[in-house]
Amino acid sequence: MPRQTFVLNGKPTTVDVHDDVRVLWVLRDLLGVTGPKYGCGINVCKACTSHVNGRAFNPCSVRVGDLEKTDEITTIEGLADTVDGDLHPMQQAWLDRDVAQCGYCQPGQIMAAVALVRKVRREGRSITEADLDGIRNICRCGTYTRIREAIAQGERQM
Amino acid sequence: MNAHDRSPDPAHEEDAAPPSVRRRSFLGYVIGGATLVAAADLTLADGAVAAIPTAPQPAEAYDLNDMLTDSCRPTANLITVTVHDDGTASFALPRLEVGQGITTSTAMLIAEELELPVSKVRVTLAPARPELLFNQLTGGSNTTISTYTPIRVAAAAAKGALLEAAAIQLGDTAENLRARNGVVHAPGGSSVTYAELATRAASPVTRAVRVELKDTSEFVVIGVGQSRVDARDSVMGRKDFTTDLQVKGALPTMVCRAPTLNGTPERLRNRAEILRMPGVRNVAKVDTGIAVRADTFGQCIDAIRAMKVDWKDGPVAGLGDADIVASLRAAQAALPAPPDNPLAETIDTEVLFYFRSNSAMDTNSAIADVRKDRATIWSGLKSPITAQQRIAEALGMSQDRVKVNVVTGGGSFGRRLFFDGALEAAKISQAMGKPVKLMWHRADDARVGRGHPMATSRVRAVHANGEVLAFQQSHTSIETDFRHGLGEIITANSADLPGGLGNLGFAETVFELTQEVPYDFGVITQTLTETDDRFNTGSMRNIYSPDVRVAGELMVDRLAAAMGQDPYEFRRANLRNDRVRAVLDTVADVGDWGRSMPAGTAQGIAIHKEYKGCSACLVEVDNRPEQTGRDIRDGVGGPRVTKVVFAIDVGLVVNPRGLEAQMQGCINDGIALALTSSMHLRDGHFLEASWDNYFYTRQWNTPPDVEVVVMPSDSAQPGGAGEAGVAATFAAVACAFARAAGSVPTYFPVNHRDPLEFTPKPVVPPIPQSPTNGLKLTY
Repeated sequence: MPRQTFVLNGKPTTVDVHDDVRVLWVLRDLLGVTGPKYGCGINVCKACTSHVNGRAFNPCSVRVGDLEKTDEITTIEGLADTVDGDLHPMQQAWLDRDVAQCGYCQPGQIMAAVALVRKVRREGRSITEADLDGIRNICRCGTYTRIREAIAQGERQM
Repeated sequence: MNAHDRSPDPAHEEDAAPPSVRRRSFLGYVIGGATLVAAADLTLADGAVAAIPTAPQPAEAYDLNDMLTDSCRPTANLITVTVHDDGTASFALPRLEVGQGITTSTAMLIAEELELPVSKVRVTLAPARPELLFNQLTGGSNTTISTYTPIRVAAAAAKGALLEAAAIQLGDTAENLRARNGVVHAPGGSSVTYAELATRAASPVTRAVRVELKDTSEFVVIGVGQSRVDARDSVMGRKDFTTDLQVKGALPTMVCRAPTLNGTPERLRNRAEILRMPGVRNVAKVDTGIAVRADTFGQCIDAIRAMKVDWKDGPVAGLGDADIVASLRAAQAALPAPPDNPLAETIDTEVLFYFRSNSAMDTNSAIADVRKDRATIWSGLKSPITAQQRIAEALGMSQDRVKVNVVTGGGSFGRRLFFDGALEAAKISQAMGKPVKLMWHRADDARVGRGHPMATSRVRAVHANGEVLAFQQSHTSIETDFRHGLGEIITANSADLPGGLGNLGFAETVFELTQEVPYDFGVITQTLTETDDRFNTGSMRNIYSPDVRVAGELMVDRLAAAMGQDPYEFRRANLRNDRVRAVLDTVADVGDWGRSMPAGTAQGIAIHKEYKGCSACLVEVDNRPEQTGRDIRDGVGGPRVTKVVFAIDVGLVVNPRGLEAQMQGCINDGIALALTSSMHLRDGHFLEASWDNYFYTRQWNTPPDVEVVVMPSDSAQPGGAGEAGVAATFAAVACAFARAAGSVPTYFPVNHRDPLEFTPKPVVPPIPQSPTNGLKLTY
């Protein structure tokens, strides 16, 4: 069985599994990291959104064999460790706006929001209504209004 | 806590309630045992007993919530609050949390009467408890309505016991003591904490106690916005759903399903090949398909896609939307003849509503560990007692051998009233002889999971001389499955009589007890006809009301137009209920009803009354080409709802922050039902297989401007919140769209007959493979 190595939430991690198993199952089923959720398995619901080397990606759509040893995967569980303090400012914004209802999609929503802020900053601008309209993470509880409010707050505090 | 650590808050230093406060007295129990456990007894409570009537009355006098609440009264004393020696209280709620916020609101009720901070109240979900009979069903937005009094009585009984124990400790009488924030204070300044009292307050024997509940004017927790008690876990990724649980040996398991809806497996032709695939451990045939258990869900997907299975066709093989519409129309009952009045004008309408899915984010899933003589189940279940009984039956065990644990659900929208995943997981675990963690693939959850049945709603209205003389609504629906009964096998069995007869009784009762037309429209009738039990249906958020209200409110707009009146003024003049008029006035005022709008955009306004509350919604819709022409990858744009103002009066509000959240969610559901969300039946199966096919509201559809007004209320009774916003929103969007488009839609969602916006995924294999290009799509 091939040996897969990558960095998970700051720690070098090794797991024995075939190359073509998607990262989502490696995280959830083999490593017990369950923050990234399954919602479709085909990269359309975005519930599993996490970061690879600081950018948003969907582990349901990446073969574990395609990860490099040095690739840094950050899931919602590791987000707060990327900043000082107990919580990332985007997580705090989510608490302040009491965004979550069932909460299932929210880890992915938060990871997507953080990546969006980083992306617009790389582009030298701030988040627009069109950026918010373009967020593809689905929330079946329909918490979109508070997600938009929380992203505005999170962006200010990041 | 030392003696000088007293609260400066004068409100809590009053020794007696102000004279204007009238407290109601109830009977509670302190249950015998080593820790302090207290319960309510509502069977003996003053004026709290109402008999269940033999025949349904109109929803105005006795509604679905009265029925659900009354059915819970006899067992209310089995629900207990426990105070622990760390100063916290706990309560195992016999309901399912699915995002609607009942663990938070329940913690608030306990905190209020027990005088503890909300953070010190732990609310968990009770496993199936057959002795609770009807009192373990989560539905009809009834949780707070039915538990509001018993939970507070139990908490007050616990506080009484703590005060008595404190009286001994502090050398005073209980009447002189005041509890606040988990500490009991004596007038002299001495104090003792709940942590110190918990064991001393325990009673060796069960004893009845009389308690007084706070008057609403004394509330300091109830009515004040509270963030969710599970919010931190949610944002940290620590909130566990069924598939997040680690149960020893319960490996990932999925099912290969038939290419036609509800088809059944005959034979797996390549079993040996499947068993040789990487990670695959077990394969078993069950009545719903071929199950596979593997090291990862990814390997289950690979195995399912490789399976060669002979199938027996399902009951709608070969049929499509048009066939079902035709059979639905054939089942329609005749409308009453219009009155023989030469001056009267009759308007007839029919609105068709296509199938819709109540698929939640967290698909049907369950963990089952079935042994020879016992079984343990974990799943998100709204009717766990019925689930326990049905599972025991299927496994050939007695009910007491099946332990059913209730796990918080990632959404429900009615879906978790049934236990399809739990029952299937139990059968698979028994067939394989192994524990399983069953997860439905999204494609199965979308296509085979339960949804809202197709329906038509016809309205005939008669008016003369500016007055509505008759308003007759006849709703015809593919059967809505209520076979979960009232959460308990006796009623579930009576819902399952042959020929659908039992279910029809349930459906008609639910319809009768929820629907009403709150207008002064002369002779009003509303009837339900149901037909065809071949589909996987169930209650979907707000059940019949969204469709019934849309057909009704579109007719109200037509009547207003026929009489040359403004839609808002016409509604206002004809409403029979002051509370509904107040919410209508609120949205008209806040939403600036009647403002001038560009061509292709319009406002719509609508009302609804249900769950002991009433609501009104004003929306603005933009139907101009720049909106409808938006090209959205893997999604639809279409008309955009640009603004929503929603007013809700639920009576007494427990948690305004949670209520606002529920209304915001309901608004997005109403928009989806009106504009984008439906299932297409084609050649015996539904086409929609994931979120890139089934177009629930997304960020590009959601209104950028949403305002929810929670109405002040002097009511002492809370209403239901979780579903209350869908009907009025759907109706307001329908009315606004009709105005913006210049023609009244005859079917919903309005895009259902447009060319498909997606390429249907195959039905063989039944689930799609996960892509591999994720690293090219980072941002």
